[in-house]
Amino acid sequence: MTALLVALAGGLGAVARLVLDAVVTSRAGGRYPAGTLTVNASGSLLLGLVVGLGSAALLPPTWALVMGTGFLGGYTTFSTAAVETVRLTAERRWAAAVAHGLGMLGVSVLAAALGLGVGMVLVGR
Amino acid sequence: MLLVFTGGALGTAARSGLSQVVPHVQGVPVGILGINVVGAFLLGLLLERLGRGGADQGGRRDLRLFAGTGVLGGFTTYSALATDTAALLADGLVGRATAYAVGTLVLGLAAAALGLVCGARLAAVPGGPR
Repeated sequence: MTALLVALAGGLGAVARLVLDAVVTSRAGGRYPAGTLTVNASGSLLLGLVVGLGSAALLPPTWALVMGTGFLGGYTTFSTAAVETVRLTAERRWAAAVAHGLGMLGVSVLAAALGLGVGMVLVGR
Repeated sequence: MLLVFTGGALGTAARSGLSQVVPHVQGVPVGILGINVVGAFLLGLLLERLGRGGADQGGRRDLRLFAGTGVLGGFTTYSALATDTAALLADGLVGRATAYAVGTLVLGLAAAALGLVCGARLAAVPGGPR
């Protein structure tokens, strides 16, 4: 049952990514794929929070799995980020490529750390 | 949207199953690392093959949304990469965290580049499917 919920939540996450990516891309209007960065950074912040709250036992394990592995795993994507970075490199757009590769990684790890930290503060660790 | 939902559910189920089977090695989730690298290769292959086959419409667009945005987008994950790295850092395992994060990025970019090259080759095969 949990496995089914995780899969369905992943499907919802993928749809949320599709929608948010379209919104951000149309608003940003530029040539930089800002949608993927927005999705991955926000998803990392939220997963950090889910894991933090889960370890604080403020979130039942099943819900942490459905929201974390399911929804946020389906929402964020590594494959698209990697392909976009290679394409930016192939177009010799070095700054954008570094931002999309190392920059996205750094921002997302910081966001996840922030989420984890909030969870830990809530449990008073 | 139904294509993305169905594909995303399938990709997520595959990731969830695989990551439970593959154990962590010294705290590093090598299952997720493998999933992200393989997914990056397959997405590069798919997008380049589809892109060179013709305009992004009809069955080609459906396949991109289902297999690319859905299955491979749901299969790979950025949030787990970031959160597991942050957790390793929080445990003071700076070297391991850096190796995991930068290792995933380098291997993933190499895999995506290889996938793009293979996709272009595949599209150039005479008499191949269009």
